[in-house]
Amino acid sequence: MKHEKIEKNINLMMVLIVVAISIGGLIEIVPLMLSSDATEPYEGIEPYPALQLAGRDIYVREGCYACHSQQIRPFRSETERYGPYSVAGEFVYDRPFQFGSKRTGPDLARVGKRYSDDWHRIHLINPRDVVPESNMPGYPWLADAMIDGELMKSKLRGLQILGDPYSDEEVAAAPGAVAGKSELDALIAYLQNLGTVRSAR
Amino acid sequence: MSNVFSWFIIIGTVVSLIACFWLVAYANKQRASDKEIQESESHVWDENIRELNNPLPMWWLWLFVGTIIWSAGYLIWFPGLGNFDGVGGWSQEKQYADEVSAAEAQYGPMFAEFGSTAAETLVNNEDAMGIGFSLYQNYCSQCHGSTAQGARGFPNLTDDVWLYGGTPAQIEQSIVAGRTGVMPPLAAVFGSDEAIDEMVSYVQSMPDGLDTSSPAHTKYMQLCVACHGPDGSGMQALGAPSLIDDNWLYGSSPTEIRKSIVEGRNGVMPAHGDLIGADRARILTAYVYSLSN
Repeated sequence: MKHEKIEKNINLMMVLIVVAISIGGLIEIVPLMLSSDATEPYEGIEPYPALQLAGRDIYVREGCYACHSQQIRPFRSETERYGPYSVAGEFVYDRPFQFGSKRTGPDLARVGKRYSDDWHRIHLINPRDVVPESNMPGYPWLADAMIDGELMKSKLRGLQILGDPYSDEEVAAAPGAVAGKSELDALIAYLQNLGTVRSAR
Repeated sequence: MSNVFSWFIIIGTVVSLIACFWLVAYANKQRASDKEIQESESHVWDENIRELNNPLPMWWLWLFVGTIIWSAGYLIWFPGLGNFDGVGGWSQEKQYADEVSAAEAQYGPMFAEFGSTAAETLVNNEDAMGIGFSLYQNYCSQCHGSTAQGARGFPNLTDDVWLYGGTPAQIEQSIVAGRTGVMPPLAAVFGSDEAIDEMVSYVQSMPDGLDTSSPAHTKYMQLCVACHGPDGSGMQALGAPSLIDDNWLYGSSPTEIRKSIVEGRNGVMPAHGDLIGADRARILTAYVYSLSN
């Protein structure tokens, strides 16, 4: 086939471009999406309870991933500091996962139970109250905004449709589980659970 | 990974590589014919610069061929082709395990030695204190501060005031198993706001001597005495602070004291035993002990 033929036929060129760039994705991504290593939860990993899910959405909304990664790589220097390295099965209920790509702040993959709830409360409102050297911004508005229970119910139902194993009772109980909780409470509940399933050395 | 996917990846990768090689060879054969040169009228710029399908420069082509050969070698040596492990025997898990066991061989005996030494002795060991400093900065400084002087709600570790005791054994217990404060919310017990106000000023004045004539003193002897003691000196077994010294973990203002009484306080020191292991806990104990001794 002459180059000229492709160059002068935009439809043919589009088809060929799609074919060419699809090959890499088909071979690298598709097997992983369907292979059990990446789709079966690590032992003990459960779908996020309503409050933690709300906290996760706030984590995403506030862009925490821009400065905090959630992936401990299999190097001793990382596992010494953060705990056991991350495995694929820990992220099966993360849509999307929060691996991040930059550590302006520390990795948070195993931050759960490392600090007290009180510490998180103070630290999220104004980090410098507990860590004077910190350059993390404060998030004081989280304490005033409340979680919308009906919205959480819809989110759980949506995830249920996507295949996360939520029971109908859990979906129905979602508004009760987040009743009276602020966004700060939700975010702390989420953070306190991060990585706790595989935290021990 | 199932065999189907494994072969899917192997065939896809190998065919792609061959296709790349074919593309390079094919592109190298193409030369513009005289006819094409004549027909390229619409692709002429600056009078005589023409766009034609001529072969790529040789150095570039050889680079391309080189990358294909390199990738073939890479896929033979390293795991990449489906379930094929590669002849080099490399894996991420193995590399990590090697790294850890090398470190264990190098540092393990030292940690074991420090771990079996009494904290009072370790205090005089420069290496142990250096490690202790690093451990402190990693695990403790976020709450207790990089200079260990604490913050509101998080105890200062450099003074001689201890909520749960300052002996090495008590410090080690705090580090390994954690601590949870148990000041209950007492608003309901007082009945009236005035009674709470009275108690707040009574507690605030305790360091200056107990005012036994105050009605709040009677209340104190009923409600607070079990944990904070009849003389207000506290009880380390429960983490009940002394109320007669000038050290106020949550602040000495009436607002803060009132908050402690009304809402309670449940300061949490998280358990670090699983996180750092027994040897490092001992080193950390010695380091924290050294801060005030």
